Amino acid sequence: MANAIEVSDISKQFVLRHTRSIKEAVVWLAKGRKGDLSQKFHALKNVSVEIETGETVALLGLNGSGKSTLLKHISGVMLPDSGSVRTRGRVAGLIEVGAGFHPDLSGRDNVYLNGAIMGMTEQQVNDRFADIIEFSEIGQFIDTEVKFYSSGMYLRLAFSVAVHTDPEVFLIDEILAVGDEPFQRKCIDKIQELAANGKTLVVVSHDLDLVARICSRGVLLEHGNVMFDGPIDEAVALLRA
Amino acid sequence: MSDVGLTELRTPGLGGGLRDIRQSRFLLKLLVRKELKVRYRGSVLGLLWSYVKPGVQFIVFYVALGVFLGLERSPRNPEGLANYAVYLFSGIVLINFFSEALGNAARSIVNNGNLIKKIYLPRELFPVASVWVSAVHFFPQLVVLVAGCLFAGWHPDLFQLAAAVAGFLIVGLLATGLGLLFGAANVYFRDSENFVDMLLMVATWASPVMYAWPMVQEKLGTVAFSVYQANPVTIGVELFHYAFWFPTTDGSAAMPPHLFSLWVPVGLVVALLVLALGQLTFRRLEGRFAQEL
Repeated sequence: MANAIEVSDISKQFVLRHTRSIKEAVVWLAKGRKGDLSQKFHALKNVSVEIETGETVALLGLNGSGKSTLLKHISGVMLPDSGSVRTRGRVAGLIEVGAGFHPDLSGRDNVYLNGAIMGMTEQQVNDRFADIIEFSEIGQFIDTEVKFYSSGMYLRLAFSVAVHTDPEVFLIDEILAVGDEPFQRKCIDKIQELAANGKTLVVVSHDLDLVARICSRGVLLEHGNVMFDGPIDEAVALLRA
Repeated sequence: MSDVGLTELRTPGLGGGLRDIRQSRFLLKLLVRKELKVRYRGSVLGLLWSYVKPGVQFIVFYVALGVFLGLERSPRNPEGLANYAVYLFSGIVLINFFSEALGNAARSIVNNGNLIKKIYLPRELFPVASVWVSAVHFFPQLVVLVAGCLFAGWHPDLFQLAAAVAGFLIVGLLATGLGLLFGAANVYFRDSENFVDMLLMVATWASPVMYAWPMVQEKLGTVAFSVYQANPVTIGVELFHYAFWFPTTDGSAAMPPHLFSLWVPVGLVVALLVLALGQLTFRRLEGRFAQEL
């Protein structure tokens, strides 16, 4: 089977810049570059991961281990300092639910806007609009501005748009712990349906029981290094140990 | 099963620059529509503000400059400009378009930081959408201008109308280029947007909007006047004067020398160079937008 994602030997260093003004930068230069204008830290160190088409992979690790950073590299939001990332087909992500939502627009406008942001064409949004509304269970509130939505409704609509974008590679960051129990179950069913249809899934979550159900493979990260890469049960056991 | 085996492996996050916008026209349209909807939310006058603000601005300038400082031609002031009101307003609408387009484009990347940090999309869309939104706001002002021109006996020929389109294009290209440049720089140094505000204040006075170009030529001399003329905004304003103001006068007013044979091509080339520079800078900086925002 062909690889859907090839991450080869990428490193990423973050600069924690303390200043955002030219004045301070000039002062710093004038003082002969004394002191640190910025601190650096390694978010990812020589990470290599290959994911085959149709695989379901969980990125595991404690807070700050580099999971989300790796996901952002796969989606193209960030570029690595060294190494390379390559993906096959359309990649779409639920990096954060409702990132592309505007509170002052109606649910309907937001579905179109968010769909377009995730790379859907006008025709695709039109065709899937009814499905999106049905899945989200928003019903009559679709023409209400989303700032009046409850957090659950907001989330259901955002998730519904995302699962209907139909990408080849689906990235999910920490969004499964959302909504009430029935909707959460519906989301998980949908995700499992996507996996069964041969979509590639990359999931970041702290809910270990959940990822153990959805994913078959676990990649354990610690301080930007890959500590373990193998069956999900072993990865979860290792993280819990 | 899906047909993913047929597609190639690609490096994510490397866009094709402004070329990507052609594929994202649907998203561009929605972004522009969003801005227009959100702009005047909760205001009673709504889009009317697009008329009220330039209207008040026009009256203030007309009274102060035309009447008090004597730029308007009248029986007691035969040296003044004929139809100064039309002269003034045709320049103001173009400067307003430029100011709004550049001001918003320079802030667009930082303002949309939340999205840029989380989802990959061609980021050039945001400055370009700002310019489009400004073009939409420019339209009602243009309607007012044309109404005023017709009232003053406007009778343009096709060439004059083409001059207006050329002026608008030159200024629009320049605003897009500078918007890309300062929008990207603003991510790293927030000083950028203050610099743009200052630049816009200067731009209003560095073009013959309030006054007439012969006054500049008289004071500056030939060489410095050539520098003054090379500003694409100046050329745009002069083209607008040629299109809207000139046909309302008796035709005795002089246009700047070599306007069409030299300065219009120069303006276009300068605007395109700035656009290329803006795009180049933007592409060099955009790789680190997500971590710097």
